[in-house]
Amino acid sequence: MSEVLVVIDHADGEVKKPTYELLTIAKRLGEPSAVFFGSPEQGDAVAEKVKKYGAAKVYVVDDAPIKGFLVAPKAEALQQLAEKSSPAAILLPSTFENKEVAARLAIKIGSGLITDAVDVAEGGVTTQSVFAGNFTVQAKVTTGTPIITVKPNSAAPEESEGAGTVEAFAATISDAAKGAQIVATQPRQSTGRPELTEAAIVVSGGRGTGGNFEPVEGFADSIGAAVGASRAAVDSGWMPHAFQVGQTGKTVSPQLYVANGISGAIQHRAGMQTSKTIVAVNKDPEAPIFELVDFGVVGDLHTVLPAATEKVKERKG
Amino acid sequence: MNIVVCVKYVPDATADRKFEDDNTVDRVGVDGLLSELDEYAVEQALQFREKREGEEITVTVLTVGPEKAVDAVRKALQMGADSGVHVVDDAIAGSDYLGTSLVLAKAIEKIKADAGVDLVLCGMASTDASGSVVPAMLAERLGLPQVTLASVVESQGDQVRIKRDNEGSTEVIGATLPIVLSVTDQSGEARYPSFKGIMAAKKKPLETWSLTNLGLDADQVGLSVAYTQVEDTEARPPRTAGEIVTDEDGSGAGALVDFLASKKFI
Repeated sequence: MSEVLVVIDHADGEVKKPTYELLTIAKRLGEPSAVFFGSPEQGDAVAEKVKKYGAAKVYVVDDAPIKGFLVAPKAEALQQLAEKSSPAAILLPSTFENKEVAARLAIKIGSGLITDAVDVAEGGVTTQSVFAGNFTVQAKVTTGTPIITVKPNSAAPEESEGAGTVEAFAATISDAAKGAQIVATQPRQSTGRPELTEAAIVVSGGRGTGGNFEPVEGFADSIGAAVGASRAAVDSGWMPHAFQVGQTGKTVSPQLYVANGISGAIQHRAGMQTSKTIVAVNKDPEAPIFELVDFGVVGDLHTVLPAATEKVKERKG
Repeated sequence: MNIVVCVKYVPDATADRKFEDDNTVDRVGVDGLLSELDEYAVEQALQFREKREGEEITVTVLTVGPEKAVDAVRKALQMGADSGVHVVDDAIAGSDYLGTSLVLAKAIEKIKADAGVDLVLCGMASTDASGSVVPAMLAERLGLPQVTLASVVESQGDQVRIKRDNEGSTEVIGATLPIVLSVTDQSGEARYPSFKGIMAAKKKPLETWSLTNLGLDADQVGLSVAYTQVEDTEARPPRTAGEIVTDEDGSGAGALVDFLASKKFI
């Protein structure tokens, strides 16, 4: 069976959930080989984690000569790995960075690229959600090695023991790939809440918060949700851009999305319309967001949310 | 210094966007416009020119698209760009990322051969396909560094520094021109064309190129040689209308929590 390369999504060796989703998808296409860009010292620990989800091989690519530069070195490393392993497909978690890595790789190896898949079936047919979630598109790569970036929450991770054989891979990085240098990097402080794109529940706030996100955050914490924001709230400086849900922010597809004080402009809908259940709280009964909801409350989020938070706490006892 | 801004003519997101029978995006039957996210790239090019007073900087706007796509170039000229190039050829229709980036790269190389190109500017994504991959593909094809998703852009001499939000961090990226640069909607509000700008745009040079001008053959681009194939497109069924309650004397919170509990979220 052919190898399927799966790029591991991790933060300093902490493997993130989309990796397990990708490994699960990879098993439909061939034998998963996980690719770890990171410190070789963390290779064994990472392999232990990914083999539980079927990784037969784990390529450890020392990222010391890679991590100081944007995108191009990773694409070179993957090109070399693809030449060595002749994979049936290459899957990457759909982050902005990985999409660009995939883009350069596609040109390098003359292969088709599909971005932001929400499912990949046997045979490599992908499903994408486009035009603000209004259309579903089935597509496949017809030339070269399929390169597919896959969004979080696209599959339920399925455990199955793989061999998890660790193999160090030495990539050769050209000077030309080192043209865009990361001069400084400042990690964002963790909020202690779930990651926005991976969360099962997202509670978000918009213009209607008037800049006070406490009711939104309090309610989010009571039900274990991630916190998001509309572009209006971000543009007003109330929340950092990293929390923005929508066309130019994050696209989320949680089990439950609770929009508070968000009117529901097309740009916002593009980022949340595929959520399984949608709930809204808004003072304006005419807000377009109510066209999308499974349940809506016409009311002031500043009174509804704190009261709801109390009721959730009572129920949980 | 010469800046090329790549822009896309896209179906209006507030209109009824749809697909053709061959599963390509309907780019003719739906009202189109300059992609909102590319306006930020035009704006940054103009700011680049304004901030570097005393230097001779020209801004060329480039688009690939059907006849009507020239509107996107015209809008950018009205905003203040100096000249425009519209690549139009029936054979290009249905191109995927690889085909589109090939045509753009050939056009940039042609501009470069005539006048030189120091900076290629792009928006962060198109508002139709939302792929965010064409800037990286252009960088790969042109053999240039890519500095992407900038929210702040600064430059001095041939040095460019940007700030950007990455997944878990804020980064500062540095590079030496020539580069491909993409900017986000955080980079600065795009200006509206002034009346003067609209009048001036009518006299600005606007060239129309075909594949022949770029040294490309019809069988190198378009739907038939795309590296990906769309097998089916389907409108998502409209969401069924949900229950809406009006909060009176605190009833809204109870109803909300009851609903969430009924769906096992609590």
